[in-house]
Amino acid sequence: MMSKLKGLTKKQLFLPVFSMLLVMLLNVIYDIACGHAPLTFFTIAVKNGILYGRLIDILNRGTEAAILAIGMTLVVSSSAGTDISVGSVMSLYGGMCCMLLAGYGNVNVSNYAVPLLVGIGAGLLTTCVCGLFNGFLVAYMNIQPMVATLILWSAGRAIGLLLCNSQIVYVRVPSFQKIGGYVGPIPTPIIVAAACILVASLVLRMTALGTYIQSVGINKKASRIAGFNSAKIILLCYVICGLCAGLAGMVATSRIYSADTNNIGLNLEMDAILAVALGGNSLGGGKFNLAGSLIGAYTIQAIDTTLLSLGVSTAQSPVFKAVIVIMIVVIQSAPAKEFFKELSKKRNAGKGAASV
Amino acid sequence: MKRKSINRNRIIRKTGLLSAVLFLSILTGCAGQYPAESETPAAALFEETEPSEGRIVVGFCETGSESDWRRAHAASIRSALSEEEGFYLLYEDAQQKLENQIKAVRRFILQDVDYIVFSPLVKDGWDVVLEEAKEAGIPVIVNDRQVDVSEDLYTCWIGSDAEKEGRDAGLWLADYLEKEGRDKEQINIVTIQGTLGASIQIGRKDGFAEVLSEHDNWTMLDMQTGDFTQTKGYEVMEDFLEKYDDIDVVVSENDNMTFGAIDAIHDAGKTCGPDGDIIILSFDAVHAALEQMQKGDINADFECNPMQGEKVKEIILALEAGREVEKKMYVEETYFDNTMDLEEILKTRMY
Repeated sequence: MMSKLKGLTKKQLFLPVFSMLLVMLLNVIYDIACGHAPLTFFTIAVKNGILYGRLIDILNRGTEAAILAIGMTLVVSSSAGTDISVGSVMSLYGGMCCMLLAGYGNVNVSNYAVPLLVGIGAGLLTTCVCGLFNGFLVAYMNIQPMVATLILWSAGRAIGLLLCNSQIVYVRVPSFQKIGGYVGPIPTPIIVAAACILVASLVLRMTALGTYIQSVGINKKASRIAGFNSAKIILLCYVICGLCAGLAGMVATSRIYSADTNNIGLNLEMDAILAVALGGNSLGGGKFNLAGSLIGAYTIQAIDTTLLSLGVSTAQSPVFKAVIVIMIVVIQSAPAKEFFKELSKKRNAGKGAASV
Repeated sequence: MKRKSINRNRIIRKTGLLSAVLFLSILTGCAGQYPAESETPAAALFEETEPSEGRIVVGFCETGSESDWRRAHAASIRSALSEEEGFYLLYEDAQQKLENQIKAVRRFILQDVDYIVFSPLVKDGWDVVLEEAKEAGIPVIVNDRQVDVSEDLYTCWIGSDAEKEGRDAGLWLADYLEKEGRDKEQINIVTIQGTLGASIQIGRKDGFAEVLSEHDNWTMLDMQTGDFTQTKGYEVMEDFLEKYDDIDVVVSENDNMTFGAIDAIHDAGKTCGPDGDIIILSFDAVHAALEQMQKGDINADFECNPMQGEKVKEIILALEAGREVEKKMYVEETYFDNTMDLEEILKTRMY
C-alpha cells in the first residue's frame, strides 16, 4: 500500500492533480462550514434540460484556456518561448468571422451574409496565418518568441477592430450561438474541448510528432544534425497554436454571438502560459506533458469559480488567486520536492529503527 | 523555476519597454510637430475665417467613433452647432488617441476660435494645453467625460449624471413594486457591476444605493463585476442563479451585461421582464436593448443621453450674452419601459 502510494507521488502528473484536488477540497470545507451537504460542489443536476453544477461550470468556462493550453504547450516545448499573441488572435477570429457573417459595416443581423461554415473557415484560416507569421519570425528569422509574438499581441486586436469598423458586431442567428450553447443537456464548449484534446493526443501518440517536438526543444542543433527539420517543426507548432487560438476564439465568439473585439480573449494568454507552468512543464522547452497543461488550465478555472462561489468580491479575487497559484507553484518547485523527500526519508528511518 | 521567473520578468520588461517607446513617440510627436504647425495657421486662418464671418467659431474635438453612442453624440453636436444656427464648427476626430486630441486643441488655439469644446479621452494630462487656451483667452467647455485639472482652467463641464440614473432606477423600481402590490414583500436584488472604479459605475451604484437604503424590505444579496461585457455578465448571472434561489430584481450597470444576464436566466429555465420571474433594470438604453425590451425581457432601461449638442449650444449662447454659467451641468436623461410605445421610439432614436 505504502509503496504503491509512493509510486504514485513520483508520477509527473501527481502534483498537478494534487493541486486541483486541493482547490476542490477548499470547496468541500466551505460547503460544510456553510451547512450545505459536503459534496455540494460535485453534484450535477439537470435543470430545464441542461446540466448544472460547479464541475460543469469549470469544464464549460475552462474550455478556451484548455484549448489554448494545447497550442501553448507545443510552442513552449519546441521553441522554449511563449506565444503571447493568442488572446489577440482569438479576438481577431471573432472580428473576421462576424464581419463576414454579418457583412461589412452591419452591426446587428439576424441572417447570414455568407454561409456559417465560410465564416468559421475564414476565421480559422486567419488565425492559422497568424500562427504562420509568428512561426516564420521565430523559426526562420530567429527572433525571440516573446518579441515575435508581441507584434500580433498588440496588432491582432486592432485588426479585429478595423474589420468590425470599431463596433461590436452581433450575429443573432441560433445556429451561430450553438457552439457556445448546448447540445442536448451538455454545453457545446465542453464537447469542442474534448474533441480538441482527443485529436491532439491522438496525433501526438500515433505519430512521432511529439517526439520530434521534444527533441527540437531539448536541442535544436543536435536535432537538425540528427536529420529533423527543426525550423519546420517549430513553424508547425506555431501554426497549431494559431489554430488553437482560432478554435478558442470560435467558442468565445459564439458564447456572446458577437465580436466584442476589445474583450474577447483579454489576458487569456497569461492563463494559457500559467496552465502550462502549473502542469509541471518547464517553460524552458523540451519535455512536455499535455495532460499536465490541461489539468493546469482547468485548475485555474476551478480557482476562479471557487472564489466566485465563496463570495469573494471580484475586486479582491486576484489577490486570493495569486496566493493559491503561488502555493501550487512552490509545492512543485525543486527545493520543495527535495524537502518533502528528506522528510519522508527521515520518517522511514524512524520507522525502521522502531521495528528493529 | 528560475527560468520561469526570468520569463515573467521578460514579459514585464518587454511590455514596459514598448509602452516607454510608445510614450516617447507621443511626446516627440507633439513637440516635433507643434512649431512646424505654427506656420500653417496664418493661411488656414485666412481661408477658414471667411465663411465664418458673423458666426460663432467653435472648435470641437470628439474622442473617436468607437460606438453608436459616440456617433450619435458627435451628430448631435454637429446639428446643434450648424451654420443655420449661426455657428461655424471646426470638427476634429481624435481617433481614440490623446496625441491627436491635444494637437487638435492646440490647432483650435492657433486658429483663434471663439470656443473650444472637447470630450477628453482621459482625465489627466490637460494642464499645459488648457493653460495655453486660457492665456489665449478662449473659453473651454469640457463635454461628457471629466478632466483632472484646476477649475480655473476651463469654463464649465457638461455631461451625464450617473448618480441620477442610478437613483431613477431605484425610484422606478419602488414605483413599479407598489403598482404590482409587492411593496411590502421581501425583495431580493443582485447587481452586476461595471468595471470597478469607472466614474459611471460608481455613480450608478451610489444612486441606486441611496434608494435602497430607504427601503427596509429590499435586500442587496450580492454585487459582482461583469466589466461592462456580455461574457462576464452571463457568467456572473449564472453564478447568482446557482447561489440564490429567489432573485427578484437584477440591476445591470450597462446593456451589454444585461444581454448576457438575460441569456443566463433563459438557460436556467427562468424568465425575466414584465411577465417573468425576475425584474431587469438596465442602463444606457442602446437600440438593441430597446428591441430586447420590446420582446419583453427588460423591464426598464435608464438612458445615458448622447444628445448633448443642444445643451452645449445653450451654454455657448449664454456665454456669448455675457451671462455666468455653472461650473458643472448635466444633460437631461430619461428612461424607457414597456408601458411606452417602443415601436415609435425606436424609429426616431439615433443610437
